[in-house]
Amino acid sequence: MLKHFFNLIIFPGFLFTALVGLAACWIDRKLTARIQWRVGPPWYQPLVDIVKLSVKEITVPAEASRELFFLSPLIGLSAVTLASMLVWLPNIDPTSKGFSGDIIVIVYLLTLPATVVILGASASGNPLASLGASREIKMVLAYELPFIISMMVPVIKSHGLLRLSEIINYQALNGPFVWSLSGIIAFIVMIFCMQAKLGLVPFDASEAETEIMAGTYIEYSGMLLAIFKLTKTMLMVVLPLFLITLFWQGFNFLSIWKYVILLVAIILIRNTNPRVRIDQAVRFFWGKMTLMAVLAVLLALKGF
Amino acid sequence: MNLKLKALTKSIWVYHMSTGSCNNCDIEIIDMLTPRFDVERFGITLVGSVRHADAILVTGSLNLKAVPRIKQVYEQAAKPCVVIAIGTCSCGQGIFKNGPNCPNPVDSVLPVDIYVPGCPPKPEAMIAGIVKLIGKLKEKK
Repeated sequence: MLKHFFNLIIFPGFLFTALVGLAACWIDRKLTARIQWRVGPPWYQPLVDIVKLSVKEITVPAEASRELFFLSPLIGLSAVTLASMLVWLPNIDPTSKGFSGDIIVIVYLLTLPATVVILGASASGNPLASLGASREIKMVLAYELPFIISMMVPVIKSHGLLRLSEIINYQALNGPFVWSLSGIIAFIVMIFCMQAKLGLVPFDASEAETEIMAGTYIEYSGMLLAIFKLTKTMLMVVLPLFLITLFWQGFNFLSIWKYVILLVAIILIRNTNPRVRIDQAVRFFWGKMTLMAVLAVLLALKGF
Repeated sequence: MNLKLKALTKSIWVYHMSTGSCNNCDIEIIDMLTPRFDVERFGITLVGSVRHADAILVTGSLNLKAVPRIKQVYEQAAKPCVVIAIGTCSCGQGIFKNGPNCPNPVDSVLPVDIYVPGCPPKPEAMIAGIVKLIGKLKEKK
């Protein structure tokens, strides 16, 4: 009991993931700045931002639905915390076996942050926030389809295993899935879906700062905004690690380079693409990405 | 120096409010974010919503239509929030001193914390203004 509590709050769960996420967030900002020939912020900048936001006043709009407005960031943070623990533990702790079907639970938990962003934005009663929420709904509908189809690939290739630790063991015996044809296609699809799940450019239409002024977060301030930022930061750790676990034989503290490669891929996609309109994003995910995911599933069924 | 003040001065998020300016100051504000000056190394970023802001940059001569709007914007900001007047127009009305459509100086409507004069002020002047503001806040505490 105490060990589970420790796992959830301190070591692989909330605190550790948040710290790794803040470091990743700094790498993101620094690399972005270097790409744009700037100097970039110092290493403590993401942490200072979170601390500063949490000492500021929380403003609640008069027309907001208060309970939902306050609850939605907390639900998102707890979902990501739980997902981070479920992803970390099978990788770093060999005694932890997880439970059968935990990858399905993780997929649901990783959908929750987007859902609570929609809920919070709708609760704030701002027209721009509701515009952002409608875009976020379309984006969730768009990227979840290829994400879940391409998640079937590791399950098919491991002959129906639904437990994260067993998938890692299977890959340790038979080689990572990413080095097969179907695996690499599904992995590429997953990388684009991850970009959209993180809400980064080019798929950040729901919080487009230059057109709808931070969109879904427009009415949030102080601690609640800090919690949303922290959720985003932690997702930046959990999602790449989840992908590595599914396709790339898992990780331990020696194979941190896998995570760094994925992080740099995210940052490069982010810095070399303009923001797409929401209809372009939906067409991209339901068109090319879904076709590629279905192709990967067919190839996996044939054994490639 | 306490932690709260340190965090507040190390990460200043700026909201940019034009009250009828000629856009010259606004262009110079955007210049501060470019590779030559890069204020992100001090943690300063532009934000889209005033709810996220720690500093409101006011540019322009504050015409009559902008007066109620800027009051509303200031009330919507999450406190503590400072107001910085950028440019001669918002510091002391400039050439619009006797104009019929902008009779109110900015500091008669908002509690201005620091003035950065110039038409337009150079980005160096604005960075110097922010440094002075941080010094003032540390003194006041």
